Amino acid sequence: MTGQTTVSAATSATDAASAPLLEIRDLEVGFTTQRGFVPAVRGVNLTLGQGETLAIVGESGSGKSTTAQAIIDLLPGTGRVTAGQILFEGKDLTTVSARQMQDVRGRLIGYVPQDPMSNLNPVWNIGFQVEEAIKANGVAQGRDARKRTIEVLKEAGLADAGDRLKQYPHQFSGGMRQRVLIGIGLSSRPKLLIADEPTSALDVTVQRTILDHLETLTRDYGTSVLFITHDLGLAVERAEHLVVMYKGKVVEAGRSTDILANPLHPYTQKLVSAAPSLASRRIQSERRPETTEHMDIASIGARDAHLIERADEREAVTTPDIITVENASKVYQIRQGGFKTKELKAVDDVSFSIPRGTTTAIVGESGSGKSTAAKLVLKLEEMTSGSIRFDGTEIGSLSGKDLLSFRRRVQPVFQDPYGSLDPLYSVGRTIEEPLVTHGVGDKASRRARVLELLEQVALPASTINRYPNELSGGQRQRIAVARALALKPDVIVLDEAVSALDVLVQGQILDLLTDLQSELGLTYLFITHDLAVVRLIADNVCVMQKGRIVEAATTDEVFDNPQQEYTRKLLEAIPGANFHFGR
Amino acid sequence: MLWYVGRRLLQLIPVFFGATFLIYFMVFSLPGDPIAALFGDRPPSQAVILALREQYHLDEPFIVQYLYYVGGILTGDLGTTYSGRPVGDLLASAFPITFRLAMLALAFEAVAGILVGLIAGLRKGKLFDASALVVSLLLISVPTFVLGFVFQYVFAIQLGWFRTTVGPGAPLQDLILPALVLASVSFAYIVRLTRGSVSDNVSADFVRTATAKGLSRPRVVRVHILRNSMIPVITFLGVDIGSLMVGAIVTEGIFNINGVGGTVYKAVQLGEGPTVVSFVAVMVIVYMLANLLVDLLYAVLDPRIRYAK
Amino acid sequence: MPSNATQGDGHFVADVEETPVGAVDSFDESSKVRTTWSDAWESMRSRPMFWISAVLILFVVIVAAFPQLFSQTDPARGCLLPDSNGAPEAGHPFGFTRQGCDVYARVIFGARASLTVGLLATILVTVVGTVLGAIAGYYGGWFDSILSRVGDIFFAIPTVLGAIVLMSVLPTRDPLTVALVLSLFAWPQIARIMRGAVLSAKNADYVQASTALGVSRLQILIRHVVPNAINPVIVVATTSLGTLIVAEATLSFLGIGLPTSIMSWGNDIGQARTSVQTAPMVLFYPAAALSVTVLSFLLMGDVVRDALDPKARARR
Repeated sequence: MTGQTTVSAATSATDAASAPLLEIRDLEVGFTTQRGFVPAVRGVNLTLGQGETLAIVGESGSGKSTTAQAIIDLLPGTGRVTAGQILFEGKDLTTVSARQMQDVRGRLIGYVPQDPMSNLNPVWNIGFQVEEAIKANGVAQGRDARKRTIEVLKEAGLADAGDRLKQYPHQFSGGMRQRVLIGIGLSSRPKLLIADEPTSALDVTVQRTILDHLETLTRDYGTSVLFITHDLGLAVERAEHLVVMYKGKVVEAGRSTDILANPLHPYTQKLVSAAPSLASRRIQSERRPETTEHMDIASIGARDAHLIERADEREAVTTPDIITVENASKVYQIRQGGFKTKELKAVDDVSFSIPRGTTTAIVGESGSGKSTAAKLVLKLEEMTSGSIRFDGTEIGSLSGKDLLSFRRRVQPVFQDPYGSLDPLYSVGRTIEEPLVTHGVGDKASRRARVLELLEQVALPASTINRYPNELSGGQRQRIAVARALALKPDVIVLDEAVSALDVLVQGQILDLLTDLQSELGLTYLFITHDLAVVRLIADNVCVMQKGRIVEAATTDEVFDNPQQEYTRKLLEAIPGANFHFGR
Repeated sequence: MLWYVGRRLLQLIPVFFGATFLIYFMVFSLPGDPIAALFGDRPPSQAVILALREQYHLDEPFIVQYLYYVGGILTGDLGTTYSGRPVGDLLASAFPITFRLAMLALAFEAVAGILVGLIAGLRKGKLFDASALVVSLLLISVPTFVLGFVFQYVFAIQLGWFRTTVGPGAPLQDLILPALVLASVSFAYIVRLTRGSVSDNVSADFVRTATAKGLSRPRVVRVHILRNSMIPVITFLGVDIGSLMVGAIVTEGIFNINGVGGTVYKAVQLGEGPTVVSFVAVMVIVYMLANLLVDLLYAVLDPRIRYAK
Repeated sequence: MPSNATQGDGHFVADVEETPVGAVDSFDESSKVRTTWSDAWESMRSRPMFWISAVLILFVVIVAAFPQLFSQTDPARGCLLPDSNGAPEAGHPFGFTRQGCDVYARVIFGARASLTVGLLATILVTVVGTVLGAIAGYYGGWFDSILSRVGDIFFAIPTVLGAIVLMSVLPTRDPLTVALVLSLFAWPQIARIMRGAVLSAKNADYVQASTALGVSRLQILIRHVVPNAINPVIVVATTSLGTLIVAEATLSFLGIGLPTSIMSWGNDIGQARTSVQTAPMVLFYPAAALSVTVLSFLLMGDVVRDALDPKARARR
């Protein structure tokens, strides 16, 4: 690839004169593994000007993080740069000594890592960890360093920084830790800040405030920002320029608005049409006045049209409720130290019902009690009080045979594609387990059923002898769906079932779920933190906050006319929601 | 922190009673006459038997015997030896020697073990690492009593660098060789543990972040890698004090040191059951207390423990 | 090289032929079938340490089972005092002990006792520890509380110290007794490890999924939880075999392990100590046999740990 990208087209008159701050030329990075040398970044070019913001977008394994880590020589393990240049203020960072690189890190280039939980040292207090960065970069020493530490943390949004210096990371919430990390990254006013998925581990509302804050700070300081993200919506909303990476190469680069309006590479086109955050926004604006038939299918992508069509079909007929939850509560006793215990109401007086053959979504942030609610419906946890009726029968008192037949009709699919399959069971044995447990058929007929199920979830028959560790996350979720379908259930509870997947794979699984629903007449209870996905798949939505349902209505009503402040906040926090699609 | 210390102390109480009961139970409630069992094939004189029956309250019910025994431990009365000398007196002269030996060994294994383990962990896969691994495996496979004889033969008898046996009063320079022997197995375990822990931490996210902050490599190693890698090592040291005690019996026996271990060694050789039991009980109690200390040290190093409710 | 399509104001697009878009999440059917165990086996097979330790272990086991194959001299008889501490000679490559016994024959015939005690104790400790640890971890409740407290008490007494006390009052000292005594103080370690592994395995999503399928609790324990929790136990058991052999040797060396009528390396070392200054080799040979045996089990433990712990494998 010889083409030199010219992303940093002048954005303002003042920038036009200056040379780019960062210029990556034909960068190649690879890792030495037991199977030999594996290239991860293959000829990447990008340019970032003074005060500009650029986002590298890509799915896992696209090489986006590796590119970022190569800039400040923090490649993990055996990774190394094999070719190309990284010019920072005209100096090639791939050739500088370790001592010089140490000078660049922190002082000239700040770094905000992905996971706030693992990126602060658990054995040192927060003040110490900020202060050592300030001292190492010569910003301030001694007493001044302590003063500067408090300033830095206050700027990063920790109002009570002075009192919390002596606290340890485990005493901070995820959002607060991320603020600390941002504070560290910006503590010596670097010229460039690399933010590697800075908020992907956080709740959307927290994500929004933190990104807003980061934007303000970097604008005030004139810091250039290099975002690394998997979320196209977030990238478009936060960066002027976009670089789309796929399998270690740049497939498209340019102004965010240009790329979104006119994606030229087939991969980018797929990405744009699959991004739920962007798509849902567009559907929302077009769906309101008209029905599906009048929609411009080409403009919203065939997949979304397909999903919405199905949703509309279901809306047409009103059906009786298959699950009715009334005043359900789940209280945990939390040990408080000493002999004190505290009550935690994970689910607090919750009522909702699910009409047969429809999809109801429960949306909420971490700690909202949504997963506990799912476990109550699955009878994996016992209610403290209230009632849950399935097809007219109270499930609270079920046991023995009745419980077994209930289990047969209500099945789960869990979030973590790496944890939901027993690694020691082959795919065939995993899908067969429910059939064996319920004594369905003989060996031959069970095998035939397993093959049929594999076909239903669009996996080749040969996967029957495979083990989970050979499969990708999306393939594992398909197996989990096949296992859930084995007993021909009425209801499937999907607990964050697509949250851990790359966006294209996520779209594929959502398609599969929608097709299966109309084919088999399934009822879904869909638990998620991602409102954008809800828009695509759910008929009804319950919004949960701190154990309670704060709003419950049809999907359209919740999106178009949210009644609660909290729901509005959630909606606004969807990355890309504020992005006005210029057409 | 206070709460943590309090809770650890409370937890120690049932363990103390349980462990002493267990030892007492093993010795005195086996079928047959415990006095005869304690002395094996060398039955003592009638007078000694009577004195022992009296001392252990063998005519009382078992649980009362045990309570007398625990009461004795708690008030410092540890009984008498075969020759009629109070165990407490013997302990008072033997304990300081063993304490010195154990501290010397502990210092050696901790300092050298952590240092070697740190370097090996930082240079994983390199020559130093490979050699450290091989040497540590070899040291673990050679039992302490074998190494004791080997060192005694090579360094004392053949090379003459040290005295073959430790002189009266156990001067420090005489204790160096036995301390090395005593420390060898634990040294090897610490090398391996530190190495594993360091190499885990080297690739930890917070270490990458520390480097990205602009810290120098030595500072990252010292402040972020080494400090965090110490936590499992400290935990190991607690368990390890137990093996040091067993090691002390063997080592003090070989080098003829009149410490706690040497006394047990001789008592075992001579079949003096009561001495063995009293001394081992004391060792177990010291082990429990040492472990308590280690746990507190652990809490100092790891704030997550300190603040855990 | 085809030029890149650049549209308008700096909008770059890569050549589509150079960056073809693959199918989303397709399954490569040509890949080799890999189970967790086949992965572990692949990993072990590729390491020389595995083969070295496997050959050593096999050799020691054969020697223990069929000592006659390796020594024609009956070590129990033929001890002649004139040979006391004699130098090696034809047919007696390691020389003679103070009692005039053939050292080589004693080393060969001593393997059985050491290995028997080590193996017996390891099996006992592993079975008891695994069962108790699994039940405590899985069902929790009062059983867990009691087991943890009892475990704490046994844990407070170092294995060999406890064994010294018990062995010094026990009238019988056959290999079974020694193995039982060692197991009595060694089981809490495995129980603790198993309990921890079960605690983390029982919260896995696949356990929840199986519960929701209607699989009974006991079936889940047997079919999902134990198989997924057993790896750390296998690793520790392999290493324990080595350390328990050392423990037996230490007891025998002190004179309260196996009786002198049973040939064992610990006894031989204990007896050779009196003449270590004049005939160090008499002590050296059994000591070397003991060390090599222990080393081979420790090496195997290392290899097995690396193979069963994917984290360690990735790091290598």
